[in-house]
Amino acid sequence: MDGTAFEFFSIASGFLGGLFVDPFIAFVDRPDKLIQIVSQGLSAGIMYSLVALGFVVIFKASGVFNFAQGIMVVFAGLTVVSLIEIGVPAIFAILLAIVVMGAMAVAIERVVLRPLVNQPGIILFMATIGLAFFLEGFGQTIFGADPKPVPIDALGIPDDKFRVLGDFFRKPVRIYQLDLTALIAGGLMVAAIILFLNRTKIGRALRAVADDNQAALSVGIPLPFIWVVVWTLSGLVAIFAGVMWGAQSQAGFSLAVIALKALPVLILGGFTSVPGAILGGIIIGVTEKLAEFYWRGVLGDGVEQWIGYVIALIILLFRPQGLFGEKIIERV
Amino acid sequence: MTVKRFTLAAAVAAVAGTTALGGFLTTAHAEDGIYVPLLTYRTGAFADSGTPIANGMSDYFALLNKRDGGINGVKLVVEECETGYKTDVGVECYERTKTKGAVVYNPYSTGITNAIIPKTNGDKIPVLSMGYGLTPAADGNVFPWVFNLPTTYWSQASVFVKYVGDQEGGLDKLKGKTIGLIHLDHPYGKEPIPTLEALAETHGFDFVTYPVPPKTMQDQRSTWEKIDSDEPDWLFMWGWGAMNPTAVKGAVDVDFPMDRFIGVWWSGNESDVRDAGKKATGYLAGDFHGVGDGWPVFDALREHVIGKDGSQTPESMVGETLYNRGLFNAVVVGEAIRTAMGKYGDRPITGEEMRWGLENIVLDKARLDALGLAGFTNPINVTCADHEGSHPVYLKKWDGDKWEKSTDWIEPMKDVVRPLIEEEAAKIAAERGLATNACSS
Repeated sequence: MDGTAFEFFSIASGFLGGLFVDPFIAFVDRPDKLIQIVSQGLSAGIMYSLVALGFVVIFKASGVFNFAQGIMVVFAGLTVVSLIEIGVPAIFAILLAIVVMGAMAVAIERVVLRPLVNQPGIILFMATIGLAFFLEGFGQTIFGADPKPVPIDALGIPDDKFRVLGDFFRKPVRIYQLDLTALIAGGLMVAAIILFLNRTKIGRALRAVADDNQAALSVGIPLPFIWVVVWTLSGLVAIFAGVMWGAQSQAGFSLAVIALKALPVLILGGFTSVPGAILGGIIIGVTEKLAEFYWRGVLGDGVEQWIGYVIALIILLFRPQGLFGEKIIERV
Repeated sequence: MTVKRFTLAAAVAAVAGTTALGGFLTTAHAEDGIYVPLLTYRTGAFADSGTPIANGMSDYFALLNKRDGGINGVKLVVEECETGYKTDVGVECYERTKTKGAVVYNPYSTGITNAIIPKTNGDKIPVLSMGYGLTPAADGNVFPWVFNLPTTYWSQASVFVKYVGDQEGGLDKLKGKTIGLIHLDHPYGKEPIPTLEALAETHGFDFVTYPVPPKTMQDQRSTWEKIDSDEPDWLFMWGWGAMNPTAVKGAVDVDFPMDRFIGVWWSGNESDVRDAGKKATGYLAGDFHGVGDGWPVFDALREHVIGKDGSQTPESMVGETLYNRGLFNAVVVGEAIRTAMGKYGDRPITGEEMRWGLENIVLDKARLDALGLAGFTNPINVTCADHEGSHPVYLKKWDGDKWEKSTDWIEPMKDVVRPLIEEEAAKIAAERGLATNACSS
């Protein structure tokens, strides 16, 4: 074997070892770390799910892919934080934020959506891109550009951590109360949305509009009202997501970029499935964190930046509608 | 389209356009006085760091104009160009303002600084990158138009290692220890790596890096798990903007010992630690100027500028680290202009004259006293060859509520840093075909 071949062999074996052997040794060596990483992945996944849920609610009921969802999350979070900052009690700040998001939904329906009824989906998508720019500029005018700390004490969000399984492992596993709060409250919110969509008259109307808005109009379902309802619902999800995302670092406009990480979640879970958004978020979140921790040595720093999109691309190849999305069959 | 809808569309377009297009400028020119463009970022992900700096700079220039009628009777014409901390927008700001008679640029971004440095030889306008930018630019023989006083990233990195050595019982005790660097994955964040690698080799410690991508700097959990797993003995941070408070929280989350966590002077603002509050007690950061408002210059600012027309500074920001840094930057610009006027006369100066002013600036104890800034910084004495000018750094400690000075001024390892600067500057000169004898020509 000459020098070049030997070099190639050693690089290849190092790469394959780093891909298929080393991570699994690390799993066994530090099971506490594995549990820690998986729990962090779950936490990140829940956050992605919350943003993805906002997309799904609007897409499911109106067929609009809302590019402005990320900035809506920021806007909603900053509304709550800013109101608390000026002395409004937390509960009223949240109620007022709901009113603000509702008013925004009415404004969007009147100014952006109503003039575009029956236009192709791509036109509505472009309109939401414009909306994202507007909300970013308008938001910075109102709230200022500085990120704001989320007053978690005022909101009653616990910020400590539990240390568990310390007797079994080298180091205890840390469970963050913030993550648990997101998990429990997020779960309740998802359950409420599923119930609303499936068990209420308005929910059924939403689904009818999603299937065929012309047919829905012909049976008396008021399209403008339905759009206001879904955008308000998405605004509610945005309030929750904005506060919980912000609580992890700060509520600021750079969070809008993180929100775009919900895209692979949507591709994986399907654009129309609420459970898909949840499961997709968890799969992407856990995979990202595991890859970043155990495979960064061979795949490079920042694996978590792109691994979700790779998973989404693979899913697109085999199941374009996502794991839970509705199969689209169109007559030609 | 109805008139109503047209009006609404125009309003929406105007607001969206204001956001999308950086660099809004009014018309101002050197014939109105001395033109000082400020490349600032009051918007975007780094606005929480950029805003206090912009306020500190513009408030001090406003003070000079309002209290003194400018410098030696010549008004300062200050104009901000919003970069959003984006290199391409910053370069656009530079190009749009340089023909108006700009005397100096303060980019406040290593990316923008590095992008405009190649233009300075032709444009003959100095760049003052105070405590940031390209470290080898401290070699004035190769970079006659770039000034990075009062000290550089490499000097600071060596100060950190010196401090760690001192805490461990001597630099020889660093052998076998591990020092980590969590940094923004950006030209700025990578700046100290060559020095730390060189020092790792010299002193036998392991050096590990933890890059944080700018786009997801508010989601650092994986990075902190890695740090928790590696258990470095000491951790340095080169962060900026929202990366800083997220990192401090990350350290708290994984129970990293805060008194072994040292941030660059850009990771030592109050907003970086305020969220973590008491939990961040013990966190250290480098600095090269005072924090707080206990100097007479702040009384003058309150009397003439703050709370008056034109100032965007809330009272709570006065005396904070980055506000003071912006103010200090403006003091250096003002004193360089004053120095240049001493030679060229009391009139609007040119970029070339400003370079002479920066090279001959003397900010000694007496001058700092006269400016109402006694003890605010270590005296600065720039030379043609040494654009770093001062060098020492001190460390401050977060006590859970405010910063407290934790060490005296610490001299960097000049015997290591200066040869590295000259070596790297010579390498860049060879690559770009730059002269290496600006001070002897």
